[in-house]
Amino acid sequence: MALLSLRDISKAYAGVPALRGVDLDIAPGEIHALMGENGAGKSTLIKILAGVVAPDTATIAIDGRQVTIDSPASARRHGLRFIHQELSVVPALSVAENIVMGRSYPRRAMMLIDWRALHAVARDALETLGITHIDPREKMARLSLGDRMLVKISSAFLAEAGTPARLYVMDEPTAALTRDESERLFKVLRGIKASGNSVLYVSHRIDEVMTLCDRATVLRDGKPIDSGLLADISHDDLVAMMIGRKVGDAYPRATVAPGTEIVYERSGLTLHKGEIVGIAGLSGMGQTELLRQTFGDPAKAWKSGIAYVPKERRSEGLITSRPIYQNITLPHLEAQSLGGTWLTPRRERRFATALGEGVRLRAAGPDQRVLELSGGNQQKVVFAKALGGAPSLLLLDEPTRGVDVGAKFDIYSIIRDMTAKGMAVLLVSSDLPELIGMADRIAIMRDGAITTMVPASGLTEEALLNLCYGRAAEIPQAA
Amino acid sequence: MLTFLRRYGTLAGFLLILIFFTIRLPDTFLTAQNWLNITQQLSMLMVVAAGMTVVMVMGDFDLSVGSTASLAGIVAAVLFILGWPIWAAVGSALLVGLVGGLINGALVSFVGILPFVATLATLTIFSGVAFVISGGKTISGRAIPEAFGNFARDGLVLGPVTVPNLTIVAIVVLAAVWVLLEQTTFGRRLYAIGGNVEAAYLSGVPVRRLKLIAFSLTGLSAAGAGLLYASRVASANPTQGSGLMLNAIAAVFLGMTMSEQGEPRVLATLTGVLILGVLDNGLTQMSVDSYVRQILVGAIIVVAVSASSLSKSARR
Repeated sequence: MALLSLRDISKAYAGVPALRGVDLDIAPGEIHALMGENGAGKSTLIKILAGVVAPDTATIAIDGRQVTIDSPASARRHGLRFIHQELSVVPALSVAENIVMGRSYPRRAMMLIDWRALHAVARDALETLGITHIDPREKMARLSLGDRMLVKISSAFLAEAGTPARLYVMDEPTAALTRDESERLFKVLRGIKASGNSVLYVSHRIDEVMTLCDRATVLRDGKPIDSGLLADISHDDLVAMMIGRKVGDAYPRATVAPGTEIVYERSGLTLHKGEIVGIAGLSGMGQTELLRQTFGDPAKAWKSGIAYVPKERRSEGLITSRPIYQNITLPHLEAQSLGGTWLTPRRERRFATALGEGVRLRAAGPDQRVLELSGGNQQKVVFAKALGGAPSLLLLDEPTRGVDVGAKFDIYSIIRDMTAKGMAVLLVSSDLPELIGMADRIAIMRDGAITTMVPASGLTEEALLNLCYGRAAEIPQAA
Repeated sequence: MLTFLRRYGTLAGFLLILIFFTIRLPDTFLTAQNWLNITQQLSMLMVVAAGMTVVMVMGDFDLSVGSTASLAGIVAAVLFILGWPIWAAVGSALLVGLVGGLINGALVSFVGILPFVATLATLTIFSGVAFVISGGKTISGRAIPEAFGNFARDGLVLGPVTVPNLTIVAIVVLAAVWVLLEQTTFGRRLYAIGGNVEAAYLSGVPVRRLKLIAFSLTGLSAAGAGLLYASRVASANPTQGSGLMLNAIAAVFLGMTMSEQGEPRVLATLTGVLILGVLDNGLTQMSVDSYVRQILVGAIIVVAVSASSLSKSARR
């Protein structure tokens, strides 16, 4: 009998369906991946399970008993626990206090807190999950991000109102974790699995899902695809399920060789027409500053055909409370208005719609507010905005961070299309395969300056990493 | 129900106030004459609140509008005493407001002081200047040209009714601010700054220059309101504008409760102004103590803002 069984979950927002009849079964002792591109309906499904969003139709059964989830409290009562990407912890309190948060503290006479009992409860919760390296008396603020997440899981593990935890729903838990922290988390999750409880694991990371999870449900356009046992399928099969087509190369090939005409030249950096120059380096070596410096004064830069896709799309790239079209036209208002003064919303919408189509933006229309879009689609809005003035130089800072596989491929294709038309690109990325796959040449930055420039073709990840660390590496000869 | 309260709660409250006064004051409240009176009483507040909306769109505000209004009235009156013609005195007073706003804008955008601190400081300075040049006295009587005082008393005769000049000025200012904020690239860029100043800057919006202009316009509108006030009472006093600032901010806040994103909109500000004005008019007619009125206005702001944030907090 399934631990959690979902039948016919549907939900539409303002007539736009987010989920269309989703069925999903999770067996006891299973780590079940929930995957899908941004906007495929993952968050909606989780919000329904958490009792935050009311479904249009839904049949939910836990351990064979049909239940109704209409509030976060009822979700907890039924043994569901949610651990979000952005952890809500109180850094000023101790680990133990964070673990028992929201429940009553053990007391001694005169309402005094029984600290010894409190620490024992917390230590029990931690040890049940095989976590022994965290001291319950430690201040939360002193813990690493990964350890904070483990504390949060321990807290969720405690029984609530007499119901033990049955299913942990984790939303992109490893997004901010180091490799070691992730490994530790996986060990804990495997422990949960061994105890007969289950995990619903939301992730973009295909490698992670392949090694950790038993089965996957892939959402595409609000409909589920059951992967079957992950042990029986390949990495590429799973990617194909996600994006709905066969994967060839992860990076589209250049169709046109870069030209010789120089588009930009300053402080040892030369960019030719149609060329992609990658910027590599350890984090914080001045990559972002180099882009900002190249961009200079934004108003002048946009006018002279330099466009910029900043690193943080929500805080630097978008005005999320405003409609899509107003975001896209913001740097181009001069041209998209009457005499630079009078707004012409109809013209703006046409302009934005055309650009949106060019970047394969999926949205209800140009008037939809950006905050209602998924991460990948938000990034496409940033791209549409950057490409609006047909720039000759495009500056990209981590353009595919936090973007799903399908949108990533779209973004790479857009970059290729634009370079084929002669646009030059300066690409800062910490994703080494992306740099090697997309760039013509790669510049390595150390301590705020470019130290080396190498051709990208034939370069291995290992060689590039060595260059970033300032070690000798085998560099292929330019063809 | 919650969504309804959030979007339309303020409007529904306004309707309730109207119904209440219509029932309690059957003979006097719902008459053309009373409504012309209301719009005339409101005109000063409307002009200041419209100007205040311009800076609040960017997420800033201006505490100095009240003392700018007082200062403009005093400047005009002092120039009248010196024998300046009306147009020159009025023009100079408006210029003083514009320059005052420019100073606010420069402090906020170029020096980088928080609007709260910058305009609190200029509030004190402008008020002090008004006291110094007036000698702390009310300037009235023969010093004020008759034509200046008559402006507020006259109006445009439209058949049986006379629309007061003050009302017409308020409508013109309201329309101008609406066009500016809703129909021009200037307004769009101000809203972009209010939505995300970093993203706006990186998109090529000249943030500093626009802040400078926006604060100047707020100062100009405050000076305009001060002159309307001076004309209405045919005198100038260094404290007569002091009540305007809090009411103007209150009106914009009441209006913000009506927008889904909590953005200030000038037509919503108009509703806020009307709520405050109608309440004032009705309660005065019912002979309610003005201190009780203050309590009521404060309570209405709390209720309106609470209702508009209900559905947000309900999620936690």
